[in-house]
Amino acid sequence: MAHRLRLVPDGLNIPYFRYRWPFFVWSAVVLIATAVMVTVNGLNFGIDFKGGTVIEVEMPGPADISAMRSTIDALGLGAAELQTAGSDRDVLIRMEATEDQNEQRARIEQVKTSLNERFGEGIVYKRQEFVGPKVSNELLMNGVWAVLISVIGVLVYLWFRFEWQYGIGALAALVHDVSAGIAIYAFTGMEFNLTSIAALLMLVGYSLNDTVVIYDRVRENLRRYKAMPIEQLLDRSVNETMARTLATLFTTLLALIALFVLGGPVVRDFTVIMILGVIVGVYSTIYIAAPVLYYLNLRAIGTAPPKQPAPVPAKG
Amino acid sequence: MLNQSPWKVTLVLLVCLAGLIFSFPNLFSRATVDQWPGFLPKGQINLGLDLQGGAYLLLEVDSNAVIKDRMDELTNEVRVALRGAGVGYQGLGVVGDAVAFRLTDPGQREAALEAIRPLNVASGTGAGLSMFAPGTLSGGMELATEEPGDGRIVLRLSEAGRSARLTAAISQSLEIVRRRIDELGTREASVQRQGENRIVVQVPGESSPEAIKRLLGQTAKLTFHIVDLDTPLEVARAGGLPPGSMLLGSDEMGPNGQPLQYVVRRQVVVGGESLVDAQPTLQNNQPAVSFRFDSAGGRKFGQATQQNVGQLLAIVLDDKVISAPRVNEPILGGSGIISGNFTFQTATELAVLLRAGALPAPLEVIEERSVGPELGADSIRSGVLACIVAGIAVFIFMLVYYGPVFGLIANLALVVNLVLVFAVMSFLGATLTLPGIAGIVLVIGQAVDSNVLIYERIHEEVKNGRSPIASLDVGFNEAMRTIVDSNVTSFIAGIALFIFGTGPVKGFAVTHCIGIITTMFTAVTFTRMVVAYWYKWRRPRAIPL
Repeated sequence: MAHRLRLVPDGLNIPYFRYRWPFFVWSAVVLIATAVMVTVNGLNFGIDFKGGTVIEVEMPGPADISAMRSTIDALGLGAAELQTAGSDRDVLIRMEATEDQNEQRARIEQVKTSLNERFGEGIVYKRQEFVGPKVSNELLMNGVWAVLISVIGVLVYLWFRFEWQYGIGALAALVHDVSAGIAIYAFTGMEFNLTSIAALLMLVGYSLNDTVVIYDRVRENLRRYKAMPIEQLLDRSVNETMARTLATLFTTLLALIALFVLGGPVVRDFTVIMILGVIVGVYSTIYIAAPVLYYLNLRAIGTAPPKQPAPVPAKG
Repeated sequence: MLNQSPWKVTLVLLVCLAGLIFSFPNLFSRATVDQWPGFLPKGQINLGLDLQGGAYLLLEVDSNAVIKDRMDELTNEVRVALRGAGVGYQGLGVVGDAVAFRLTDPGQREAALEAIRPLNVASGTGAGLSMFAPGTLSGGMELATEEPGDGRIVLRLSEAGRSARLTAAISQSLEIVRRRIDELGTREASVQRQGENRIVVQVPGESSPEAIKRLLGQTAKLTFHIVDLDTPLEVARAGGLPPGSMLLGSDEMGPNGQPLQYVVRRQVVVGGESLVDAQPTLQNNQPAVSFRFDSAGGRKFGQATQQNVGQLLAIVLDDKVISAPRVNEPILGGSGIISGNFTFQTATELAVLLRAGALPAPLEVIEERSVGPELGADSIRSGVLACIVAGIAVFIFMLVYYGPVFGLIANLALVVNLVLVFAVMSFLGATLTLPGIAGIVLVIGQAVDSNVLIYERIHEEVKNGRSPIASLDVGFNEAMRTIVDSNVTSFIAGIALFIFGTGPVKGFAVTHCIGIITTMFTAVTFTRMVVAYWYKWRRPRAIPL
């Protein structure tokens, strides 16, 4: 047999299950910390979800943020938040939502006019967005619905194709992954917007993929090794699929890192979440999705009664 | 494993060929593709507004204004009906979303109800409802009558009347918005209805939505009224307006620097709906707008000017007097000129608005996003670069990790995958957004997953001591189940995203879902086929995995 590079040695036999408790504690701590963080500090909602106005400008030269701020403040439109974005010529101007939609919309024009007067006509307006309060609530609800419906659909599929325990296990891993994703937003203060929902859902998609691959192996091994204790069987399944897990993780990370480095500022936050998310997804498969099967007593239901003579292992 | 049905092989090759053909037009500009002969596929991937630059506006029809308008109209109809029937009333007016009045003599109740009965018809009397056949309204009646006692009668829209009125208003608004946007001359602008009372306007290439908002921000209801010269302004301001007159402001400045006001008769001489054309023009070197009525409108206008020579004729747009010239002679030709405080731009805009017609109700912008073409171009450039680098990185990894044979097969499958994603997107005319590009990058990372699953499985079987051919056979069959399960699960999540998601979420879902389908296709058919041919060709004694 030809020798080749392998990420994982053959015959890998790591007893993941034995070391579960430290990881359970770690996951619990992260979940609780996230919950506390989100309740106390909240997420940094972008205008998609809280309404408001964003203008992205490119100044002709390096931007003088304080001069720009004073120009905009002089308009008396309420608090405006300015920050550089990407290069030192790009500035993001954020304004909070007001009660009066028309007034809020008119602000964009006022800001543009006053910036043009103060800094000349060389300013390029790269992007402007306005989201009214009515729409922002709907966008948030739509996002939540998208997440819920996709989760329900996946659960139903797993229930039909496998057993209900697998559905619960996948759900637990899912809740863990989404919380971990939100935790990243909560701890870094990254803006949480519509794209964030897409990022969270894709991380869910990846993690599910990973979970299902291992579940598939668990199901197969359950049929093959009728007498093997479930802990050992779970370990075996994870070990057998580890080569695939890491190779796929590696290619996905390669692609994501390319996107992170080269994809430009607009998708950068998205990529950060995905990069951390796929790693979390692999972790949750091993330490959430698989152990749940043990605790839900899968062995007792999924197979024939142990007293029967074990049939010959299934061959291809 | 080895015996591939020739039909299946042909089919797979045909799909790959079709993929090439359908993704081909994306290599050319739209203009070039348009000149191709008709039998060639011309579908190209649509770039989202975030990639090509453009403006997106979400508008909502003000339903309260629609109802209020109808109630105002109804008030007039009730007044005319009660007077005609000789019924005495007082306090007639709009109260909330209803019209209410009190009978001076409660004994006339029957007569009053009889008089207003003809107003309550299924087809309605408003312009908006005439497009509905009578009977569209369930229950048939537009209005519901209430009698809270004390000789009071209240008329309000029935549930059916209300919803028919709103439906009519939104369809009409949609039409008017479409006409106004068309006047911009931007190709490919799209105007679509969303939900119950919303309109989505997308204008590619237009990075400053201000012009569009000005165009859509006015209802542009044009009416001509005779100025009521009998009521002095001071009296009107003090509340001494006769019932048939109203006090209107103007954009014109008076000598004292204050905006002028006019007292005009409520009765409309002729309205904007009778216009057939309006064009910007010059009058005494001042920008102005010329207009032409249809024959009925022209006749009415002629009569009115004939009867009112020497009077002032107020030209009113959205309850503001543009100007009120004196009628020096009857205007019988059915056309005229509106002069006023115009610049050339505002004259042009007004002409556009008049040609397109009046909105049945004001539109409110509730969401607005616009991206300049520079940012869009930047995004495409960095997105494409990221795709290429990601592709090359994965390509090299697979070659190194799985060796020249299986690595190359996986990479071939990857290329076929990408070609098919582009082909499907072009064929469906799907929209590619920036998150969509991120989705494609992810497809690259994950497309190889199915090959990885197959290869690792074959590797296991080889390790278990199976013969090369048995390893391939078992490897493919066992891996296939996993591939189907894991991809279907992701696909379900993706479909939910597509259906319930908006904006970037949807853009991502499109490429993600298409990517999953093509991945399944290449994994199930393409990879297997190529591996089978390779085996038949080389007959290796060991599988290099």
